[in-house]
Amino acid sequence: MIALIVRDIRLGVRAGGGALIGILFYLAVVAVTPFAFGPDLNLLSRIGPAILWVGALLASLLGLERLFRIDHEDGALDVLVMSRFETPLALTVFGKCVAHWLVTGLPLVIVTPLLGLLLNMEIAAIGATALTLLVGTPAITFIGAAGAAVAVALPRGGLLVSVIILPFTIPVLIFGVMASYGAVEDPAPFVQPFAFLAALTLFFAVLGPFAAAVALKGLQD
Amino acid sequence: MRLEVEGLAARRGGDMIFEGIRFALGAGEAMAVTGPNGAGKSTLLRVLAGFLPPAAGWARVTNAADGAGDIAAHAHFLGPVNAMKPALTVRENLDFWRIFGDAPLLEPEEALGRLGLDHVIDVPYSDLSTGQRRRVAIARLLLNRRTIWLLDEPTSGLDANAEAVFAGLVGDHVAGGGIVIAATHLSIAVAGMKRLRFAERAPA
Repeated sequence: MIALIVRDIRLGVRAGGGALIGILFYLAVVAVTPFAFGPDLNLLSRIGPAILWVGALLASLLGLERLFRIDHEDGALDVLVMSRFETPLALTVFGKCVAHWLVTGLPLVIVTPLLGLLLNMEIAAIGATALTLLVGTPAITFIGAAGAAVAVALPRGGLLVSVIILPFTIPVLIFGVMASYGAVEDPAPFVQPFAFLAALTLFFAVLGPFAAAVALKGLQD
Repeated sequence: MRLEVEGLAARRGGDMIFEGIRFALGAGEAMAVTGPNGAGKSTLLRVLAGFLPPAAGWARVTNAADGAGDIAAHAHFLGPVNAMKPALTVRENLDFWRIFGDAPLLEPEEALGRLGLDHVIDVPYSDLSTGQRRRVAIARLLLNRRTIWLLDEPTSGLDANAEAVFAGLVGDHVAGGGIVIAATHLSIAVAGMKRLRFAERAPA
């Protein structure tokens, strides 16, 4: 499985891996929103965590389709599925998710402080949002694996993946933004939503790969 | 080890592609599946590999050392596409498959050497010619020890010389107690190869 993670990271960072596209999309969403809300700095800094979370969520959805699509097209997925007697398929999917998150999700977390400055957010709010994204975005990848596995054989499955998994990512979004606010606004709690967010990630880290493995085994093509 | 197929039938999109396929191959036996395009050669291999569920009948392995009856647990599948990443070098591609599978056999250098390709090992896969890409894909079969080889048009894109080398590899594998099933429209020169011929499908 380590070999699979290393291979996928290599593929992700080399030319044509598409790792940069998510960051550019994230930047675009965050940069455009202030224009829509007008020149109210207080409003902007108050809704900053929500904007960052929506931007990161949409940017994560963007790359999910690639999770199995390319392996399916070049035949590697067949070999991976056939190796399920040596490496269980859920473990293979888990490895692919980890690599995918390291290449597409982690960079989003890393550029978050920079984008927070664009939104006139306080340092504490920026830190809290980056922390919740660090804990929460893996859940989006794990949920997305199931959607990507279902849609892998369909032409133009990209939009379908987003539509399938968006409802399941809403709890992640809610608790992520709630925890980000909880860290800076006094009466609001931080620990409880943050613990829920972490629990969601752990829960989907188990469920997502299993669901995806079932879908891939039943591809029938 | 023995590969047994009984009353096998497969459908694709509602159409019956073939039915009533029955054969058995023991260790050291090879079979060529021949027939015109669209006759069901690839579908048969995909059913054997477990990617498609059979519409009727069964295909399984008996007398396996570790007991698993699934053909996929003992088989290499070489599909019409090569399962190699263009962005990685030949060595990175082969190293990955060697580590990912069980029972490592040859090093990538040796496997490529058998196919006369050892000089391209550090070249990105995308820079290879069609025939070279296919030969690298064939080299994957030599990296891990698996008894059954399921080959779908293995020689597509190969020149006459490479075809002869490939026939030699298949011969070696069979001589070592392996089982080979190859779907092909060309004949592979391996002594003692059995034949399963698909006829033209009658129009429905």
